[in-house]
Amino acid sequence: MVDKVWVYAESADGKPTSVTLEMVTKAREIGSTVEALYTGADADAVAAGVGEHGATKLFVLDTGDGLPGQVAAAAVAQLAGEHKPDAILFAQSYDGRDAVARLSVKLDKPVLTNGMSLSDDGGLQFGTAIFGGLTLVDAKLTGDGPALIAIRPKSFAAEPSGGGAAAIEQVAAVDAGRAAEAKVLERHVEEQQGPKLEEASVVVSGGRGIGAAENYAPLVEELAKQLKGAWGASRAIVDAGWVPYALQVGQTGKTVKPKVYVALGISGATQHLVGMKNSDNIIAVNKDAEAPIFSVADLGIVGDVHKVVPALIEALKAKS
Amino acid sequence: MNVVVCVKQIPDPAVPGSLAADHTLDRSGKLILDESDSYGVEMALQLVDTAGDGEVTLVSMVPNGEVSGLRTALAMGAAKAVLVSDDALHGSDALSTAKVLAKCVERVGNIDLVLTATESTDGYTGTIPAQVGELLGWPSLTFAKHIEVGDGKVTIQRQTEAGYDVVESSLPAVVSVTAGVVEPRYPSFKGIMAAKSKPVDQVTAADLGLDASQVGWAGARQEITNVAEAPARQAGEKFEDDGTGAEKIVAFLERLKVV
Repeated sequence: MVDKVWVYAESADGKPTSVTLEMVTKAREIGSTVEALYTGADADAVAAGVGEHGATKLFVLDTGDGLPGQVAAAAVAQLAGEHKPDAILFAQSYDGRDAVARLSVKLDKPVLTNGMSLSDDGGLQFGTAIFGGLTLVDAKLTGDGPALIAIRPKSFAAEPSGGGAAAIEQVAAVDAGRAAEAKVLERHVEEQQGPKLEEASVVVSGGRGIGAAENYAPLVEELAKQLKGAWGASRAIVDAGWVPYALQVGQTGKTVKPKVYVALGISGATQHLVGMKNSDNIIAVNKDAEAPIFSVADLGIVGDVHKVVPALIEALKAKS
Repeated sequence: MNVVVCVKQIPDPAVPGSLAADHTLDRSGKLILDESDSYGVEMALQLVDTAGDGEVTLVSMVPNGEVSGLRTALAMGAAKAVLVSDDALHGSDALSTAKVLAKCVERVGNIDLVLTATESTDGYTGTIPAQVGELLGWPSLTFAKHIEVGDGKVTIQRQTEAGYDVVESSLPAVVSVTAGVVEPRYPSFKGIMAAKSKPVDQVTAADLGLDASQVGWAGARQEITNVAEAPARQAGEKFEDDGTGAEKIVAFLERLKVV
């Protein structure tokens, strides 16, 4: 029986991230009490957001200029000892992974990672996907709680419960030992144009098949703009330095679930499929007829992106 | 400067994966060096080279004593390796694996920096770097796309959702590196020949002071309740582009009312 569920909340642009609200919504379904933990600025906005989705309390942790997840774990371990949550949910994000990893050692509990489903069936049932999403695996923990679970974004819908702002409880700083010696000195924000990848209803991504870095803007970006969508990339061209990491869609990058996903010159390695396979509709253009991307595409064009995409952009321009 | 790189030997990701009868990943075939780990190996070699002294040691955990992936990293230039191979480790989760790797780092001793990938290609939990850091009582700096070491400190550019942060820490520390951090070298013929005689210290969980209850299936404290094929997407249409590819895409988008 799952009673108290905690969610490790994160924010971006002064609001709770969408995965935070997705987790709070799910927590409300499986637990009778939902509370959240948060480190960072804008606590009032986060308390309002998580409260609206069903959390009643927001523990606010002070992590100073340390790496948030690394330092927060010490405080969360102490709070968990006092309040005995049955489960703590983290996003499979940079800071979420840091926090859950450190916490797992402090509590000596295993972590279930890359969670994509969660239910209470006389105990917490957890589901994930392996082999690029081709195989689904369900698991349950056999030891005592708290169950530590990391959730992939876009696994659940975020639905408001109509609740008021969560009550803020400030938590005094806890000694995190040498983990606190890692200090954030500067923050660099790479300006991004257009809609956000995670929120756009159309996403156009490019891979190695576009041939060269200079082809990204005229092919991928331009098509995305014509479709009022966001532009993304496969890991191959991010690693090659053609586009910034923030554009990466896949296992290590962002998970997207748009109405239409267009894959240009992307072979469809499992690394990439994990991040886009659940899109409503998938269009793929690739020279290699055997490319795995065609196994998930609703419309596949075996052809040269350098011919198909410019023609497509012209046709769309002519229509508008 | 002495650097440990945690490396994993995995089934070739180009070959479709499968599960053994007990739901663990089938690792019975040929195992290769996880490509994600080649970046850490290269970075370590360059950092030691810049420091002008010290060496790179690999640590790895694998069933059945496989060394072929380790030899690849030794051929790149690592000096030696610690390999943990033990039936007691079968079914280990990320935390158990981190316990083993942390004990290996202690066994090597006198280490300034531990490098890992951000996550393995097959397991992709992404928790091991920070778990190893916590077990050692060291800071862990994750998702580095650039590293500099000097004056007893490590400074990284850490990837974030919005761009990157500059993060600095005292040493010793654990740093996880992304695939973009550096371009791995190809092993030279000389390197491949030299790798054959480099020392590989083969140890068991007990040699590391770990009890069987802390690792393997016992340590994972979970049971797999169901394994199923994901619902397949309805088969789509595939056309050879005969000049009408763009038209077909427009028609498809029109049906979805996107244009």
